[in-house]
Amino acid sequence: MTESQHDDAPKRANKDDKDGNLAIVGRSVLINRPRAELYAFWRDFTRLPQFMHALESVEMLDETRSRWTVKAPVGQTVTLETNIDELVENETIGWASTEQSQIKTRGRVTFADAPAGRGTVVTADIAYEPPGGDIGRLVAKLFAAEPNIQARHELKRFKMLMEAGEIATGANRKEDERGDK
Amino acid sequence: MRALTWHGNNDVRVDTHPDPEIVNPRDAIIRVTSTAICGSDLHLYDGVIPGMKSGDILGHEFMGEVVETGPGSTLQKGQRVVVPFTISCGHCFFCQHQQFSACDNGNPVEKQDASEMLYGHAMGGAFGYSHLTGGYAGGQAEYVRVPFSDVGPIVVPDGIEDDKVLFLSDILPTGWMAAENAQIEPGDTVAVWGAGPVGLFAVQCAFLMGAEQVICIDHYPNRLRLAQKFGAKIINFEETHVREALMEMTAGLGPDAVIDAVGMEAHGFVADNVLDVIKQKIAPGADRGHALRQALLACRKGGRVSVPGVYGGMLDKWPLGAMMEKGLTIKSGQTHVQKYTKDLLRRIVDGEIDTTFLISHHLPLEEAPTGYKNFHDQQNEWTKVVLRPGT
Repeated sequence: MTESQHDDAPKRANKDDKDGNLAIVGRSVLINRPRAELYAFWRDFTRLPQFMHALESVEMLDETRSRWTVKAPVGQTVTLETNIDELVENETIGWASTEQSQIKTRGRVTFADAPAGRGTVVTADIAYEPPGGDIGRLVAKLFAAEPNIQARHELKRFKMLMEAGEIATGANRKEDERGDK
Repeated sequence: MRALTWHGNNDVRVDTHPDPEIVNPRDAIIRVTSTAICGSDLHLYDGVIPGMKSGDILGHEFMGEVVETGPGSTLQKGQRVVVPFTISCGHCFFCQHQQFSACDNGNPVEKQDASEMLYGHAMGGAFGYSHLTGGYAGGQAEYVRVPFSDVGPIVVPDGIEDDKVLFLSDILPTGWMAAENAQIEPGDTVAVWGAGPVGLFAVQCAFLMGAEQVICIDHYPNRLRLAQKFGAKIINFEETHVREALMEMTAGLGPDAVIDAVGMEAHGFVADNVLDVIKQKIAPGADRGHALRQALLACRKGGRVSVPGVYGGMLDKWPLGAMMEKGLTIKSGQTHVQKYTKDLLRRIVDGEIDTTFLISHHLPLEEAPTGYKNFHDQQNEWTKVVLRPGT
């Protein structure tokens, strides 16, 4: 993802937040845990559904390819195949949808030490084909109505899981948990 | 279980709800033995805090007995605990800096959006205080699910009665932090607006921190008498020009520090407040800030302004010029309860702080709606209501 030429703000904060045909969403979050621990957790894509609630499951097809099952309306699911195309130990994980995939998306998450022992800055950038047509509707579902909000929610859940060991809920009983939106 | 439930403005009832259960590993379930109605509950009762839903269980000042623990809890069944109103994870940047009420991880993700939009940043989590702070079921109930029970609740020794320690949950630490935020120095005069529970604790704490003179401002004679009991001088704003009095009581200097323990529903029939009352009726999210405006104008040059009073929205006619030209320092915030509970429990046990003086009424939980009504309508006599579930 290209950075702005005009100032130091990341591309996702630009008023023109497009990269070619792809819309960009993303967010940085400070997590008070060591970089290596966060990288290792995210590196195992089968754990992504723990904090990405639009995902039902992720299945590894080989070392880098995975199949993502996304929840769709009326109990249906949509699948998406991604391939990890960038991997720097304890720093970067990048993935992109494969040719066969119906949904065109790519994402990248970086892990950097925060100053003065404050933990790790985790930054996720996700590019996706803006909603339009049948595929667009699926994408819209994948990233909820407002992709930026969805990305923010997912990173916050990741932070909760890593820092607090659990994801906060106001539900008073287990059966109410998912209804508590 | 039975629980005090919000149904709409000035409409609370005791309803039956399913008992809570352990949902997350660090949870505990508390059987409530005592729970109080807070002045800030009256803001919910009056509908001036956004984000309430019919069916919400209120209450954020409570204590009780541990009856169930999750695998991540450090509490043991049978322990008596007081629970801070702030739901704080203990591990994030803010908790590590003892700013527990700013915890990033206590407010559920989906509930953070509203306050992030309103305030620029998401609020922390709290019990029974609207969906802005998580939509958590509150403590005016027989049972409460307490998240992060390994870092929040403080275990209290047997043999010390509920009334003495209950207020560790909110108003005592809030009064303490109000005084701490006033950064009191020897010889200081501290003026406290509001002789409600927080104001009265702020009076006591300001003296403990070395204030020479504490002046408390209110219009309820009974509440002012309580302030007097702790050595405060009092001003009744219905009889006295407050700013003039404060100047005359400080050799023309003005108070070194001022504390607004009133918040968004200030009383008083003066022009700015009458306009604010009207705005609050037609536009939720509008604050009434008469006490705070007066405090800013009264504070001496270079003085300190502490704001424990609750505000939720927007305020106009804010004397910004007074703040800048006089070089005032303003400190505020929801209380970082967990930071103070241990030290304050010791002070209670040692008899340094009187915590029971302000309780005017004990009621069974079933009579909570009466408690709300009278605490709201008869503030002179109903200074603090403690509810006892199961009685």
